[in-house]
Amino acid sequence: MALDIEKPIEGNFQIIGGEFDTAGGASSHLKSKLVELGVEEGIIRRASIATFEAEMNVIIYAAAGRLSFLITPTYIEIKIEDMGPGIEDLDQAMEEGYSTAPDWVRDMGWGAGMGLPNMKKNSDEFKIDSVVGEGTSIEMIMKLP
Amino acid sequence: MKLHEIIEILGASIIVNTLDMDMQIQNACSADMMSTVMYYHTANSLLITGLSQPSVVRTAEMAGIKAIVFVLDKAPADNIVEMAKEKNITLLKTPNCMYTASGKLFQSGLPSCLGK
Amino acid sequence: MKLNDLVEELSLEVKTFKDGLENEVTGAYVSDLLSDVMGNSKKGEVWITLQTHLNIVAVAGHTGLAGVILIGGKQPQEAVIQKAESEKLTIMSTPLSAFEAAGKMYQLLK
Repeated sequence: MALDIEKPIEGNFQIIGGEFDTAGGASSHLKSKLVELGVEEGIIRRASIATFEAEMNVIIYAAAGRLSFLITPTYIEIKIEDMGPGIEDLDQAMEEGYSTAPDWVRDMGWGAGMGLPNMKKNSDEFKIDSVVGEGTSIEMIMKLP
Repeated sequence: MKLHEIIEILGASIIVNTLDMDMQIQNACSADMMSTVMYYHTANSLLITGLSQPSVVRTAEMAGIKAIVFVLDKAPADNIVEMAKEKNITLLKTPNCMYTASGKLFQSGLPSCLGK
Repeated sequence: MKLNDLVEELSLEVKTFKDGLENEVTGAYVSDLLSDVMGNSKKGEVWITLQTHLNIVAVAGHTGLAGVILIGGKQPQEAVIQKAESEKLTIMSTPLSAFEAAGKMYQLLK
């Protein structure tokens, strides 16, 4: 059953690096929208977790970034682009438990090396591109039944 | 295990109360790293943590966790309490450390959440 | 109780410094936050954590911990193994979760 919406719903957010206290605003907004639309709970959970992880990555590693989502009748698309240091070795970054986070980030409960694996696990399609010194962009899609 | 039993076993105090005290808690997860919580947590589990940052409540919101216990009597700041109220998440604190809190609940029959 | 007494009950795989299995264990501290462990753990406790990076060796050394148990089957990397061997720190790995490892150990120590 595809979502009964007339036109796609969009959201755009700016994320500032280092802002741990307000982290999760974009994901919270997306979650409310999905609840409102009556999307199945499991899909809401997957989309919320993947988006929150993406937001946290910008907050932990980048100066700033932009997150946008698009909800269509048949899928949810989430895109994140940051102005961060970029990732040197993408394969390594995707490994569970690999992290370059400093100790102070670990002491805030992040940087266990599960962020990217979490995003991938919760997406039906996951694409990541990164240029060292420029930034990282991620696209995720969750299909709606 | 019912929520009120957990509170009794841990000698916990209630910071934010959003749930029926007879609600069944299926299992528990002891962790400080939030991605791990989101990776392994199942719905209706209890999160036992030593981290009292706003992102703990955000994590609970995203992962569908309904109750959090802070160990070592860590009192969350006002902004965390407000966010929990808004998101309907119960907050508890216990004087026990994570080891003792986990030990007591496990001994009383509460299973671990699935996964690692 | 000695570290050795935990090996079977927690299905521990000993990764470094086997001699340390003779260490007395007084209790455990479960945490993934380094500063928390530095501030609150006590000498003689075993540290249960999912952290596997190099700094766990230094933290365990500073605090005089009896050993480190990595949960969820996590494995120390080569650099961590080498440093732990040279600092005489026993690192073990259990397939259990932190909750369950703590739970089982709590029952043994009771």
